[in-house]
Amino acid sequence: MFRRTALATLAAVATLTLVSCGNDQPAASNNPSTPTLSGTVTVFAAASLTGSFTQLGKDFEAANPGAKVVFNFAGSSALAQQINQGAPADVFASAAPKNMDQVTDKGTPTTFAQNTLEIAVPKGNPGNITGLKDFTDQNKKIALCAAQVPCGAAAEKVFKAVSLTPQPDSLEQDVKAALTKVSLGEVDAALVYKTDVLAAKDKVDGIEFPEADMAINEYPIATLTKGANAAGAKAFVDYVLSDKGKAVLTAAGFAAP
Amino acid sequence: MSRRSRSTTGRLPLVLLLPALLGLAFLLVPLIGLLAKAPWSTLPSRLFSAEVWTALRLSLVCATVATLICLLLGIPLAWLLARGNLPGRGLLRALVTVPLVLPPVVGGVALLLVLGRRGLIGQHLDAWFGISLPFTTAGVIVAEAFVAMPFLVISVEGALRAADPRFEEAAATLGASRWLTFRRVTLPSIAPGVVAGAVLCWARALGEFGATITFAGNFPGRTTTMPLAVYLALETDPDVAVVLSIVLLLVSVVVLASLRERWLSGLR
Repeated sequence: MFRRTALATLAAVATLTLVSCGNDQPAASNNPSTPTLSGTVTVFAAASLTGSFTQLGKDFEAANPGAKVVFNFAGSSALAQQINQGAPADVFASAAPKNMDQVTDKGTPTTFAQNTLEIAVPKGNPGNITGLKDFTDQNKKIALCAAQVPCGAAAEKVFKAVSLTPQPDSLEQDVKAALTKVSLGEVDAALVYKTDVLAAKDKVDGIEFPEADMAINEYPIATLTKGANAAGAKAFVDYVLSDKGKAVLTAAGFAAP
Repeated sequence: MSRRSRSTTGRLPLVLLLPALLGLAFLLVPLIGLLAKAPWSTLPSRLFSAEVWTALRLSLVCATVATLICLLLGIPLAWLLARGNLPGRGLLRALVTVPLVLPPVVGGVALLLVLGRRGLIGQHLDAWFGISLPFTTAGVIVAEAFVAMPFLVISVEGALRAADPRFEEAAATLGASRWLTFRRVTLPSIAPGVVAGAVLCWARALGEFGATITFAGNFPGRTTTMPLAVYLALETDPDVAVVLSIVLLLVSVVVLASLRERWLSGLR
């Protein structure tokens, strides 16, 4: 609660500052026919996109020297709430269609990436985890995401599909928290996204399982109609959907939709 | 207490009164926002769910035990800081407040690195005694005590430094040992400071989120305290989160107000 509020305040202050900076320059939104983009594009993106979108932002700025991309990374549901409460954002990239649906004033969302679950174990697999059935073992320390967050909902779906009842020791508040428990060796295994395993490959090993296909997570992106920089927003979304954008996302472990 | 404050209000200069009222509004308006947003019609049905009571009970038990631990360790620590002639006491005092400055999530990671299954001390606890603190109720208490103890230490140390040392000296000249002096002279004279510190400590422990969820994880009935339940409810149903927050606020205000009245008025 506390952290959430602090985050929202920070995000609001940061975006306000940046938006006001952007307004000093001639805004692209007022003149859509301008060939070169300028001003700030504020992107609210799911936490799991932190690595790939930071890279995409740099590439986008390099391709459009007048433009600047500012990110606010957080859980998708928090971002959806911030947007609906009036946080100034131009683009929203969500880790779940459900959170995209919660946002009211937006363009048509497009699915730009898919993510699947993978078993993450500490380097060297000290708990001798071989597959999903180990998640039912009382003697193994297991972390899952809470059912309220997308990775937890996906995990629930998978376990239902294979008719197993997992015995978790902790239901983590987001996928990064579950991953932290694995990388510190506090749990023997956790169910996280493939992209998370790849991002932490120095500290965790991944074990793929065939049933992961039963809970594919889709990532939608949309421009926000109340944003200050409509041209910049559209250009950024187009860039994410372009071949260059796809290449960055694939390198991070996402699948093309 | 209320009688005394009423008689002094008339003499309060405007230059103090205005910012005081502004400060009060600043603290209370978010609370009013929470109350205004509450789904009053469905509130009773949401309140009487088993999860709410489990989380509330766990919160109260953990915060209380954490406060007791803080009292046991914190009062002697405050005494050491206030009365012990230690080299580098200033630095030590600053270090004691580290948990106040540290983002609680970082505090939780630090606890994992020390007391976790692979932690500096935790690996031995696990190997020798089979004790593993993460993901247990004991882990919640450890996380809360870590974050809340500085509030108690600072408050008690302030009281110790303000207390008149001549009473202790008099007791010593009458032949009392230092332990007897501490128990019979020092402790009673700093009691208001101890109570105030304990109250702050308990309140901080009750609202603890970051260190708890990082160190102890989240599992209903075992480590899901009210703040954790609020956070997760916010993911799906903000209305439930508001209800849970109000319950937590109500309980803490009632407990704190009654405790303060009873203890502090009795001591004056």
